[in-house]
Amino acid sequence: MLNHISFKPTEEYHLNDISLRFDPGKMYTILGRTLSGKTTLLKTIAGLQTPDSGSINFEDTDFLSIPVWKRNVAMVYQQFINYPHLNVRDNVAFPLKQRKMDENLIEKEVQEAMEKVGLIGFESRKIQELSGGQQQRVALARSLAKKAKILLLDEPLVNLDYKLREGLREEFKKLFNVSDESNSILIYASTDPLEAMQLNGDIIVIDEGKILQTGTAKDVFENPATAKVAEITNDPAMNINKCLIQDNSLIMNDSVQIQISDELKSVPNGKYLVGIRATDIYLDNQGFAFDVEISEISGSETFLHLRNSNLKCVATIEEVKTYNTNEVVKINFDKSKIYLFEESGELRHSPYQQ
Amino acid sequence: MPKLYTFLKYFFVVIWACFVIAPFLWAISTSFKDFNSVTGGATYIPWLQFEPTLDGWSVLFKPGSQGGINIIGPYFNSIFVTLTASLISIVLGTLAAYALSRYTFKAGIVKNNDITFFFISQRIMPPVVLSIPFFIFLSSLGLLDSLAGLILVYIVLLMPIAVWIMVDFFNRVPREIDETALIDGCNPFQAFFKVVLPNSVPGMLVAGLFCIIFGWIDFFFAFILTFTKVQLLPVKIVALNSSITPWWSLSAAALVSVAPLIIVAFIVERYLSKGNLSGALK
Repeated sequence: MLNHISFKPTEEYHLNDISLRFDPGKMYTILGRTLSGKTTLLKTIAGLQTPDSGSINFEDTDFLSIPVWKRNVAMVYQQFINYPHLNVRDNVAFPLKQRKMDENLIEKEVQEAMEKVGLIGFESRKIQELSGGQQQRVALARSLAKKAKILLLDEPLVNLDYKLREGLREEFKKLFNVSDESNSILIYASTDPLEAMQLNGDIIVIDEGKILQTGTAKDVFENPATAKVAEITNDPAMNINKCLIQDNSLIMNDSVQIQISDELKSVPNGKYLVGIRATDIYLDNQGFAFDVEISEISGSETFLHLRNSNLKCVATIEEVKTYNTNEVVKINFDKSKIYLFEESGELRHSPYQQ
Repeated sequence: MPKLYTFLKYFFVVIWACFVIAPFLWAISTSFKDFNSVTGGATYIPWLQFEPTLDGWSVLFKPGSQGGINIIGPYFNSIFVTLTASLISIVLGTLAAYALSRYTFKAGIVKNNDITFFFISQRIMPPVVLSIPFFIFLSSLGLLDSLAGLILVYIVLLMPIAVWIMVDFFNRVPREIDETALIDGCNPFQAFFKVVLPNSVPGMLVAGLFCIIFGWIDFFFAFILTFTKVQLLPVKIVALNSSITPWWSLSAAALVSVAPLIIVAFIVERYLSKGNLSGALK
């Protein structure tokens, strides 16, 4: 339970009045861009950083008065941090030895943790002899073996290659379901919206040290509280553009004007921000002409960065195709999936609103 | 093109090797000569060009009463002073460097980097500048002409090297390793001794090597701060110089004095090139 935590080491807030509640046995994903304050938040919970103001309560104790080494938290970093002078087994056993646990019990816990992360057979290897993915498994095993009340994962997969990342993420989901029984709190920081959605825990959206929204993955995806949240929680970021609603048409610029759907007709005329996901833009011969600025192929899709005078947007095309720069494509927008935000950024209309 | 490159590479390596090895070969050959062989023109190959003798070497181990200089005493003095001062410098320097690398100090405008620079600034001053303060300092402590006094002075001279190297080393060790140790239940002292220190051996070895080299080759302070009771090897060797320069004994003494450094360098190099230590922390 975090109450009004603030941390401002320089001119800028790293954490700005953060209040959060974490329930035991649940998993949370902190989603935010690089330097949004995710790591600072995790370090504050771990005790590596002392906030300027605010308090943290955990199990009826004032957490801030307890030094790091007595807090019973575990943390996995995005860099593969292990103890290079110890072999794999001793790395995993380190926190348990530190607690002066019985040797037999340590052996049992270590075996269990190594089995969970699939490191059996690597016990006597040196850390330097392992691949990046294996090193991160060691770090993970160490944090699992500890059976900490709070498990903090700071972008643990970001430095791994694509295939490994996908594989480990699947395993993570299984691991976390298992560790649910231990009633520990699991906090996972990520920059990747897709990852956050896949992990399917509660999502906390953070930007510039401020919490923008908290809620289930589905809720945050369907009803982003602000245009900023919509940008952060979508990859590619949701297209946000200024628009004018006038007499049942949505005007983005002189040439791009669409008739609005019935749902939007209740919205009074005026200036708004329109939000459209890249996946809700499709090729249409009767559509609006846009110039291709950049085209990039991503897996089985193609991202098109498009421009129509001052209007810019990114569209996801469900096929692999090469487009030339400045090639003209005709596109249209899925009217039933349009979001509207107030000029100040608050959500005005979501297609998923009841 | 690659062939030419390979050729040039080896060409220069060979030239450089000759450049480095030549003085040693010259010293080895000279150490087995006598007065006539040295003054009778340039000769290099024993038995063919000159008759080798052990005179140059025997002088080093004969007592003064028999016309020798007996370097054994000064030799062990030098080893003792250098090793003790280096060891203390490494221990203190490592602790200081860790603090400078991990904690923020601030006293007015003086910050971490200024403190680090203060340490190294001790080495910027010419030794002559330091000699008088050191002399007065040791004399008021009653430590002139003693091993303890020399060790004290050498610590002042060597610790900056250790601090400088170790600060750089610790700055390259990710902070997250310390943090992980704290999270895993170590207090800051345990984190240092159980995790950081075992992973700092390569840095300490390099710092140690530099301390030993700089301590071992010092002549100036050993010369100024000792008189008769305690003598170090470099001073003793220079004392060989009388009206006639005995090149043969000088060469032998030079070889004897370089030997420990070569041995230490070999040991450290072996240790470092084991790979698991030098590559432990990326």
